[in-house]
Amino acid sequence: MAKRRLVLTFPPEVVERPVVSLMIKEFDVVTNILRAEVHEGEIGRMMVELEGEGRKLKDGVRYLEEQGVEVEEAIKDIVLDELSCISCGACTAVCLPGALKVEAPDWELVLDKDRCILCGLCVDACPLQLITVMF
Amino acid sequence: MAKTYEEINQRIRKGEAVVLTAEEMTELVKSEGVKSAAGKVDVVTTGTFGPMCSSGAFLNFGHSDPPIRMSKAWLNDVPVCADIAAVDVFVGATAVSEGEGARYGGAHVIQDLIDGKWIKLRATGPGTDCYPLKEIETWVNKDTINQAFLFNPRNAYQNYACATNSSQSALYTYMGVLLPAYGNATYCSAGQLSPLLNDPLYRTIGVGTRVFLGGAAGFVAWPGTQHKPSVERTEQGVPRGPAGTLALIGDLKEMDSRFIRAARFHRYGVSLYVGVGIPIPVLDEEMAAFTGVSDYDIETQVFDYSKPTRAREPVRSVSYAELRSGRITIGEKKVHTAPISSYKVARLIAETLKGWISEGRFQVSAPVGRLPLEGGLNVLDQREEGV
Ligand code: SF4
Ligand code: SF4
Repeated sequence: MAKRRLVLTFPPEVVERPVVSLMIKEFDVVTNILRAEVHEGEIGRMMVELEGEGRKLKDGVRYLEEQGVEVEEAIKDIVLDELSCISCGACTAVCLPGALKVEAPDWELVLDKDRCILCGLCVDACPLQLITVMF
Repeated sequence: MAKTYEEINQRIRKGEAVVLTAEEMTELVKSEGVKSAAGKVDVVTTGTFGPMCSSGAFLNFGHSDPPIRMSKAWLNDVPVCADIAAVDVFVGATAVSEGEGARYGGAHVIQDLIDGKWIKLRATGPGTDCYPLKEIETWVNKDTINQAFLFNPRNAYQNYACATNSSQSALYTYMGVLLPAYGNATYCSAGQLSPLLNDPLYRTIGVGTRVFLGGAAGFVAWPGTQHKPSVERTEQGVPRGPAGTLALIGDLKEMDSRFIRAARFHRYGVSLYVGVGIPIPVLDEEMAAFTGVSDYDIETQVFDYSKPTRAREPVRSVSYAELRSGRITIGEKKVHTAPISSYKVARLIAETLKGWISEGRFQVSAPVGRLPLEGGLNVLDQREEGV
């Protein structure tokens, strides 16, 4: 099974159509919506994690593009200034998926990007303002 | 067999002292017992690194020509208290910039000074016969000014509450972000590494004790504000909630921003992470037992911060071992726990202090004055008049 994390941008004429659910059905791709931005009551951008058999995943993404959805690879999603981090743990308080952890034995902050759902809660929780979530 | 401060210092000077961090002492006492540990160990070092809002710095700028008697002053646009003589000011850690608000505050001024940065000073004065200048605008840094010392009225809290939130909306507090419906619980003590939890009855920590403050040597100046020794304690004397505090003093110019850091809690305000470490001489078996304390023996109370009233009742009591496990239960619910103070830096402070003592650069001192062992707190009633 292959996995891809993408940012989907829906132009106004596409927003109306259920392209994502059609893609899920047609290509058997497990779709996890990590984050969605709503503009004037409509979804304009979405961060998704797609999981499916290699070929089907590729076809599914091509289908989205054919339907007018802009597809970008989501790479630079969360950025942490590790050098300034004091490992206080304040950010871990709000990170329920457990992407940010400060634990025994080292009590040093560890960020596991694979677990991050880009909810952005840690951004305000860091008293040193060291975290940026880009979407 | 009891030891005196002088015997311990002699061993430190000769480079023979056995120094352990409070964590190492806890292990030793567990494996070998109090008696053996008391015989072997001379000094135990402690450490803590947490947000301590009640902090600030006194600065003296030197005189301008013509001189000014400052009555109002700003450093990088942060108002400071200038109502002390002519060119002395106090920078309160939680003051905020008039231009930028809470994005930059007194704590940031302190950190920038420590880091050697240039700071913009603006001041006004009434203009007097001996101090004719009425206004000045200039730049200063830690080398251009005279004395610069931190004087923190309340640091190193002996234990602290654990915070949670039963309400339906997130709370933004000095204990971090508290998620709704008991979504998390935060705590803020180094527990078994924390200075006053290793000397719960203030036998060796008192006025005049030499300490590590922000990377430099400093002293305990006085019992801290809100020092409240009369609280419920365990059989070992360890308070079950916030109790003693220390007023600390130390040379800002010698500090290191690894151990002192400006912070801003979202929708709360500016604070200062302060690193404090205190060496505890193992004078006898009682001190060995005290410093052998572990996170299993230290308890605190969980409070619901959605009830911002003085009279709130604790939700439950909990040990630091449970808090450090990452999960506690409140009622039926498993609640995720997180620290606000850095155990990693607390450990680094205890290790650093251990290094200083082992190298003979730092000795222990008997307190010149004891911290009160009894006393509660007054409250601020909202009175109609002063009778
Ligand atoms: S809250 Fe900020 S400083 Fe503290 S551990 Fe997280 S990233 Fe580091
Ligand atoms: S964005 Fe959300 S999931 Fe990702 S690290 Fe921050 S709190 Fe955790």
